[in-house]
Amino acid sequence: MATPDAVPAPLGLLAELTHRCPLGCPYCSNPLALDRDHEIDAATWARVFREAAALGVLQVHLSGGEPAARRDLPDIVKASRDAGLYSNLITSAVGLTPQTLAALADAGLDHVQISIQDCDEASADHIAGYRGALARKRAIAGEVVQLGLPLTINMVVHRANIGRIEPMVELALSLSASRVEIAHVQYYGWAMKNRAMLMPSRAQVDEAVRQVELLRTRHHGRIVIDAVVPDYFARFPKPCVGGWGRRSINVTPAGKVLPCHAAEVIPGLEFWNVGEHSLSEIWRNSPAFNAFRGEAWMQEPCRSCARREQDFGGCRCQAFLVAGDARATDPVCHLSPRHAVVEQLAAVREDVAYAYRRM
Amino acid sequence: MDSSAARLTGDARPRLPRGVRLAQSEAQGGWVLLAPERVFKADTITVEILKRCTGVSTLDEIVDDLAKAFTAPRERIHADVVNLLGALADKKLLEV
Repeated sequence: MATPDAVPAPLGLLAELTHRCPLGCPYCSNPLALDRDHEIDAATWARVFREAAALGVLQVHLSGGEPAARRDLPDIVKASRDAGLYSNLITSAVGLTPQTLAALADAGLDHVQISIQDCDEASADHIAGYRGALARKRAIAGEVVQLGLPLTINMVVHRANIGRIEPMVELALSLSASRVEIAHVQYYGWAMKNRAMLMPSRAQVDEAVRQVELLRTRHHGRIVIDAVVPDYFARFPKPCVGGWGRRSINVTPAGKVLPCHAAEVIPGLEFWNVGEHSLSEIWRNSPAFNAFRGEAWMQEPCRSCARREQDFGGCRCQAFLVAGDARATDPVCHLSPRHAVVEQLAAVREDVAYAYRRM
Repeated sequence: MDSSAARLTGDARPRLPRGVRLAQSEAQGGWVLLAPERVFKADTITVEILKRCTGVSTLDEIVDDLAKAFTAPRERIHADVVNLLGALADKKLLEV
């Protein structure tokens, strides 16, 4: 167990302002059990931001659900600025008006990330489960650029759109984005429900990775292309959230503090709430944050692996969800004794209707 | 595909765009450059260069000022500045 002195300073705070969202994306990263009954108020968020800044946090990612579903969003942005944090709005753009956006820019917002489900309009609206979604996203993206705010376009990639990486990047360029994320679906929560419908083939994944490399060269200096790897097809696991309890803090709409947004799937973890403890106390002492700090919890093959300080054994949630043990090696790692399970899951593809996430 | 360094002529007036700023963080061990969903550690030289990228001073003026402040050869300073600013512009972290 890590001692308080050995606990590093966190860099980023993911603030899930609400789980409400007008879209129904079948890979929604919010937990299956949503915070419906209580959302902490802007004054509490302001305190959390001040405590985060004092801990060393530099950036706050204002997310959801759809953060624009909160009417006090401008107050929350202003509070993050007043705390000295760099603020990043992660939005679907649906429900965000030009008036609100202008208020956010005035309040000191630093950056906007808009998710787009596909470059093909019919497909984009089908994936989002919302007619007219892409048209509204285009319009709001234009407003973001008009206001002089930097824009990132986030494209979640899966079987229905993985063949369109090039036109997706073209769309981001046409919207004057300075950055585009090509984010392959990560299989947690709702994405697990829809896994067989979302899963691409190995050949599609290889081609997508090749496309990203080509497009990076072609558009060097014009747009930054960041890619989130499809980890079911990787040899080694991702260093999930930069290591458990090392860099990142997640606060849910009700004020529960998690080491990562999916952490509640792991049974037996005790999460503390900002209503009862300071963020500093939670970061240093809460049982959930200390559960997988350091290396004492690791099993073989992680325990003696040369990469253990690089990828920290991968993702604890995935270890639980796929290997059935949160302390196991992330089974996407080819060294995991349970790796065959991932290979089997990655081979299951079914064309059925999406199970949309609806509140 | 043109490198941004080519646009860094003597009369260019480089500046950090909105969404990119320098900040000091004791907890993170010094100066950092905050950018869209990224954080870079900034060493002393980087900080001295970027503090002068206000959109007002020209590249020539920035280099002259640094050469004077650090009593270093102008050519070397010029090369360092163009290297750093070109790399940042390629990453969309600097406007030229």
